[in-house]
Amino acid sequence: MGDYILLMISCIFVNNILLIQYLGNCPFLGISKKMETATGMAMAVVFVIVMAGAITWVVNEFALKRFGLEYLRTLSFILVIAALVQFVEMFLKKFIPILYSGLGIYLPLITTNCAVLGVCFINVNEDYDFLHTLTSSFAYPVGYGLALILFAGVRERILLARVPKPLQDVSIGLVSAGMMSLAFFAFKGMA
Amino acid sequence: MAKSVIQEFTKGLWAEIPPFRLVLGLCPILAVTKSLDNAVGMGIAVIFVLVFSNVFISLLRNLIPKEVRIACFIIVIATFVIIVELLMQAYAYPLFQQLGIFIPLIVVNCIPFGRAEAFAGKNKVLPSFADGLGMGIGYAISLIALSIFREILGNGTLTFPFIKYSIQNVLGPSFQPFTFLIEAPGAFMCLGLMLCIMNMLGKK
Repeated sequence: MGDYILLMISCIFVNNILLIQYLGNCPFLGISKKMETATGMAMAVVFVIVMAGAITWVVNEFALKRFGLEYLRTLSFILVIAALVQFVEMFLKKFIPILYSGLGIYLPLITTNCAVLGVCFINVNEDYDFLHTLTSSFAYPVGYGLALILFAGVRERILLARVPKPLQDVSIGLVSAGMMSLAFFAFKGMA
Repeated sequence: MAKSVIQEFTKGLWAEIPPFRLVLGLCPILAVTKSLDNAVGMGIAVIFVLVFSNVFISLLRNLIPKEVRIACFIIVIATFVIIVELLMQAYAYPLFQQLGIFIPLIVVNCIPFGRAEAFAGKNKVLPSFADGLGMGIGYAISLIALSIFREILGNGTLTFPFIKYSIQNVLGPSFQPFTFLIEAPGAFMCLGLMLCIMNMLGKK
């Protein structure tokens, strides 16, 4: 059990996927301007990555490894994720409209979020078994969401500040992301 | 005609240089610019994928139905990414190990995808080729620029690709490397400041 808790902490804080492993930055800067969009995106990411992590593990273990097709991993994973996102979108629209109205617009964006594919690859490269895969697929997006929501708060404050013209928007966003990354960097001392 | 092809090529080099002007494909920019040879390797991989996927998508543009075009683009791009991955594993294994997860992640890098959607899906083969090459080289230039800055200040060295030669102590023996710059926080800040410089140089 301690094993899983340690993995959770390491995935959320020490190896934070956004600020330490640099994955999923494009939607990060686009979507973190407002608190509501950041929260919606964070939830959608958790939802999709848990499912994608589980399914790609099954695909990798029972289809690719068995027939010696590991070189097709990139292609099959991205297709699985694209299909999954499409399916989740249709399912939510039909059966859970409340959740859909919250997450709906973020779902299509997730296919090209490199955090999703990144987590799937990390799971495979680390040779996790199924439970470890589930744990890390849950913890990584939680870390992503945490960073996203914290950063949205910072960015809402930046809007009030007087920023020099060339530094505005994305540029100051990246510099403040660097500051936050520095804060998360301190967690490395825990390991 | 010839002039417009050249224009398609040169717009990727300055006017629409991908990471700075379009703000796409930031993840590898942050992750692989720790040293010059990594950046050059990644740049070559991206150029390869962009050129071939642009050419193929433009060849197939009349066959691909509009409704499923995104899936088709992804398959074409993923195919070339797999080719790059296998080639690197065979001929440049140390580089492959250092770049690690970021080679397969070219698939979800917004740049090949964005070019396919915005350009190659609508234009003839030759302009698409020029566009892919220009964008790829522009991307590589920005990777290289950032990596030179980060490696010299962050580590004090400069590692040249292919010839496996590196200059030690570029800024003299008494220079204390600013290690912060080759870690994650430095990457974000460097890119932010670089964007700021680009904005100042731009026509704004």
